[in-house]
Amino acid sequence: MTATINRKSARRVSKVDRFLTFIRVFLVSLIVIGAVAFLAQQFAPDNPFARWRNPDAMGLTADQFKGLLMSGLSQGAMYGLIALGYSMVYGVLGFINFAHGEVFMAGAMTGFIASEKFNANGLWQSNFLLCLVLIIIMAIGISTLMAVLMERVAYRPLRNSPRLIPLITSIGVSFFIQNAVMGLFGPASKSYPQLPEWLSKQRSILTFEIAGTKILVLVVAAVSMVGLWYLVERTMTGKAMRAVAEDKEIAALMGINVNRTIVTTFAVGGAMAGVAGILWGLLFRGVTHMTGFLPGIKAFTAAVIGGIGNLGGAMAGGVALGSAESVAPLVILEPLGVPGVSQLKDAVAFTVLVLVLLFKPSGLFGERLSAEDRA
Amino acid sequence: MSHLLEIRDLKVTFGGLDALSGLNFHVDEGEIVSVIGPNGAGKTTFFNAISGLVEATEGDILFEDESVLGLEPHQVTGLGIARTFQNVRLFPNMTILENVMVSQHCRTRQLVFGALMQTRAFKQEEREIRERAEAALGFFGSRLVGYRLEQAAFMLSYANRRRLEIARAMATQPRLILLDEPVAGMNPMETAELTGLIGRLRSEWGFTIVMIEHDMRVVRDVSDRVVVLDHGVPIAHGSYDEVSTNPEVIEAYLGRPVESRA
Amino acid sequence: MSATMNAPISGSSTAPALFDLDWRRIGTWGGLCALALILVSLIGMPVGLDRRMIIEGRLSLGYLALLWMPLLFGYVVSKRVVLEGVETPDPGARDVLAGFCTGVLAGLGPVLLILGIDNFNLREPLVNWGPPLLEQLTFGRGIGFGIVAWFGIGAVLGLLGSALHVLPKDVRRVISFVIYGLLSISVLEAVISDLSEGFGLESLTDEMYARRGGLTVKSSVIVAVVFGVFSMLMKGRVKSATSRYKELQGEERKRASMMLFSGVAVLCIVLPLFLGKIVNELLANVGLFLLLALGLNIVVGLAGILDLGYVAFFAVGGYTTAVLTSAESPFFAPELHFGFALIVVVMMAGLTGLVIGAPVIRMRGDYLAIVTLGFGEIIRLLFMSDWLKPYFGGAQGITNVPPVDLGFAVVTGIDPRSVFYLVLIFCILAIYVSWRLQGSRLGRAWMAIREDEQVAEAMGINTVNAKLMAFVVGAMMAALSGAVLAAKVGSVFPNSFMILVSIIILVVVIVGGMGNIAGVLVGSFVLIGVLGGPRQPGLLQEFQSYKLLIYGALLVFMMLQRPEGLVPSARRSQELHQEEFLQDAWLKGEDHDTEEAAVAAAAGGSEETGEQA
Repeated sequence: MTATINRKSARRVSKVDRFLTFIRVFLVSLIVIGAVAFLAQQFAPDNPFARWRNPDAMGLTADQFKGLLMSGLSQGAMYGLIALGYSMVYGVLGFINFAHGEVFMAGAMTGFIASEKFNANGLWQSNFLLCLVLIIIMAIGISTLMAVLMERVAYRPLRNSPRLIPLITSIGVSFFIQNAVMGLFGPASKSYPQLPEWLSKQRSILTFEIAGTKILVLVVAAVSMVGLWYLVERTMTGKAMRAVAEDKEIAALMGINVNRTIVTTFAVGGAMAGVAGILWGLLFRGVTHMTGFLPGIKAFTAAVIGGIGNLGGAMAGGVALGSAESVAPLVILEPLGVPGVSQLKDAVAFTVLVLVLLFKPSGLFGERLSAEDRA
Repeated sequence: MSHLLEIRDLKVTFGGLDALSGLNFHVDEGEIVSVIGPNGAGKTTFFNAISGLVEATEGDILFEDESVLGLEPHQVTGLGIARTFQNVRLFPNMTILENVMVSQHCRTRQLVFGALMQTRAFKQEEREIRERAEAALGFFGSRLVGYRLEQAAFMLSYANRRRLEIARAMATQPRLILLDEPVAGMNPMETAELTGLIGRLRSEWGFTIVMIEHDMRVVRDVSDRVVVLDHGVPIAHGSYDEVSTNPEVIEAYLGRPVESRA
Repeated sequence: MSATMNAPISGSSTAPALFDLDWRRIGTWGGLCALALILVSLIGMPVGLDRRMIIEGRLSLGYLALLWMPLLFGYVVSKRVVLEGVETPDPGARDVLAGFCTGVLAGLGPVLLILGIDNFNLREPLVNWGPPLLEQLTFGRGIGFGIVAWFGIGAVLGLLGSALHVLPKDVRRVISFVIYGLLSISVLEAVISDLSEGFGLESLTDEMYARRGGLTVKSSVIVAVVFGVFSMLMKGRVKSATSRYKELQGEERKRASMMLFSGVAVLCIVLPLFLGKIVNELLANVGLFLLLALGLNIVVGLAGILDLGYVAFFAVGGYTTAVLTSAESPFFAPELHFGFALIVVVMMAGLTGLVIGAPVIRMRGDYLAIVTLGFGEIIRLLFMSDWLKPYFGGAQGITNVPPVDLGFAVVTGIDPRSVFYLVLIFCILAIYVSWRLQGSRLGRAWMAIREDEQVAEAMGINTVNAKLMAFVVGAMMAALSGAVLAAKVGSVFPNSFMILVSIIILVVVIVGGMGNIAGVLVGSFVLIGVLGGPRQPGLLQEFQSYKLLIYGALLVFMMLQRPEGLVPSARRSQELHQEEFLQDAWLKGEDHDTEEAAVAAAAGGSEETGEQA
């Protein structure tokens, strides 16, 4: 039974690694060429290089650019809020809660239903701020409830299963909720009532022209982050959450009620998503049962970009992704000669997702995983 | 004189902590060498470094005079180094026979075409794989043969699982087998039997063996040489008798007596 | 039963008093059932499914959608866990009473809904809140009747559900046979009518089925009796047959499986000749998805790679075929024959498999799932984009894909039977490939990777190559399915290739049992055939709006209850219920000397052999 020695490639760099490097180089060059073309466009509009790639390229005025950036930032803030839920659940339980996007959608739906009622009986017009506060509270309530229910029914029994099983379950939950909402409320798109003038009008802040609603989004997002920071860093609940995220067993030995903490984690993530839902509804005014799908995936991307388990990173990742998604089609793709770039906004987001997971799965700011999950 | 396996100044660092450092080691063909040391001494890390599951920070590992540093684990196995795992890691839902058949993967060649066309070469190879698997399993007497072959591995008793681990390693047709605590958790009867089997692995099947063990009787009965690791550093080597009376070794296991801490 | 009824309230040590029920449990389950009934009603299932009759004039699918719940919850309430050493009295009046109470509580759901609809108007958010639902809930006979009826129905069904525990095994078997039989005969109406027409027996089915669908009352009684008698005759035989099959090992099992498959194959070849166009269309759909499922079965079931972007390969197959065969392909229209196109399709599939597989091969499982999802979406978005419109037709896709001219026959969407036969050939090929690979070196390598990837590497398996092979084989099967789809429909649109498809195929593979070819077959026929595919209707077209809901619920249910799928391969079942097997063996008081004896006995493997240490 002596071995037949078969000496093959003696180094760790295989064809696959070479292929990956090729992709990296290709993409980086694409981005660089696009950016260069764009800059060329900006500074010398009739520059032959720019013209070669895209004869119709018009470049962006400073105002347009700023406008794009603002849209990107506000959308990114919402992605960030949703991403917090993904990050927290992954940090504590080690799986991707695919249905978190539906929690967000539930918040948006609740906001729609509530605001319709307020609009019907006039409260919306007479006291908008009160309505806003009320719908935010209601959305937080419903989203939190949904997240907690999800955990109790679908995920708790699977606490000790290999990672893929809760993921598949969460896909089922996501499907179920999407279609239940469609069945309950119908497939038509629902619009929030008209926002008051003083909120939606454009304002000028430091040379940036920005709609009031976007300012609202950024403000609410910031306030939520502060609240979350306070919760996680300064309260006992937050400490318990961090402990359970580190190591469930040891936390239990230290007297922490692990089940309750996990429920709290889901609840807090759900609440953030609910707030994001309201903001989405206010900003985009339309919500359907499928509203949660794309933002959900993009929020997960944001969570990974920031380092999964890392809350500050999740928000940073969200903002980064939102801006990239807004700006990249026009700054990089259009100068490269790609027509119809606005369609490709989602493709950009997915590409970022793929790239981040391929090349930097630990994210930009470092993962915070539990002891069991650190592979 | 070249050794079958030679380790030069091996250093493995995990996040600032040296799991192994300054490790020099060699094994010649046909030897049985034991690696002992208190818990946490870095013995399993040592095996992991050889099999390629862990990257070495410094140093070199030479197998048959060629460096295997940086190779993928399956390449290391292909070159002729097999191992067992400390916490028995079988393929629980594959049958016993399949467990041993699959470990011959790197020694066999048949591809998809053969399987689909059921060519004679394919069938021949499948037969050979099966025969070799049964031979390896037969080494352990009548325990793992017959109707047992078709049973799922998770159904085995603990001792049989450890035996299956070894059978799997044997089936990869290695020259060197790394046994990681082969008798852990076995009762005295099973331990005695396995001790004999380890000797027969060398005498009948021609394997060279490096073994991590805590049970000193096994170490004494079976090893040609013993190497002692403590905190990732080799502190003694020699025959069992030399090593077991070495004061540094005793100190590593038991600590220094109170009066000599003056 | 009477003994417990006469027991003193203070309770004897063996039989607790009749009214000493676990009210908390009843409250929880009853409340859940009530909520579920409300939810299902508001989703619109009762009204939407009402058109379909199970038994003409008496029971419609809409009502059935509501009625099964109190029955189920009644059953669950009285389900008991038998623990060794703990005294558990036999099922009796207490359990039936518990079911009764649960049912009554469940009835509260529809009652509240009735009162609600009558008094409030919530139609604004809830689209199904309104007179049609009210009509249905009150059975068309007014509020008072409705309220009383629902409490009554809840009570009776809950009682029946829990009574299932009390009834002897034989009675239970008869009841389940009768129910399954009635449901099957009713659901398969289209198939049975077609078959009888084909055999010239229309008069039989004209008698059986009412004009507007569903069984007539008379025929349902007859069917019930037939099935009841049948079940009594089959007593024990089914069980012994299945246990004998399970015990077959190695060679014998292979032969038995081969015979079964050949039987099914013959059936598949012969039946479509007697079936009408609509049913053949359904079969063709089932076939397409079966092929997809077989491919995903290799990727997910054998190798353990969760590929959520599997639909990308489906798209590649469809678009490649369209580009190569259609005259209207925008950029490049060689108008090849389908056969030549197939060769290119297979190559492109392999290439795509490598391109998508290579980067993801080293990632951890859940990230891999999301990345493949991303790839799937990117590919669809690219096919849909204006940027690539000159090549792929953008959102309008590529039309005018010609039917397949095989010389002796033409496979075209207008003749679904031909499509089915073409797909059948590919499916048989796929089944053969899966089967052979499973029993080969590569298949073993896949299983090892699925079990423990690190150890598989240590055993000398080049996991990168093996996983890539899984991707490639799976991709090829999906691409073949895409090619047939293109020829069948005559065009390809990007929206036929959404993530939805991947997920539905995943549900089929999981329900059927991962890695289990027979299970995937059954799963495809049952799920896609009855409920329908992502966009195509199944036998029960009425489920069109609700099928995705059911798929989602089914996925969650399967993961929670039986991760091994409904048609378990013996070994997977053992894996995931390991704890239960070991415990069972211990409970049965087997020989505890050797652990193996216990486990072996529990698995039913080797009762006859002696034990060796």
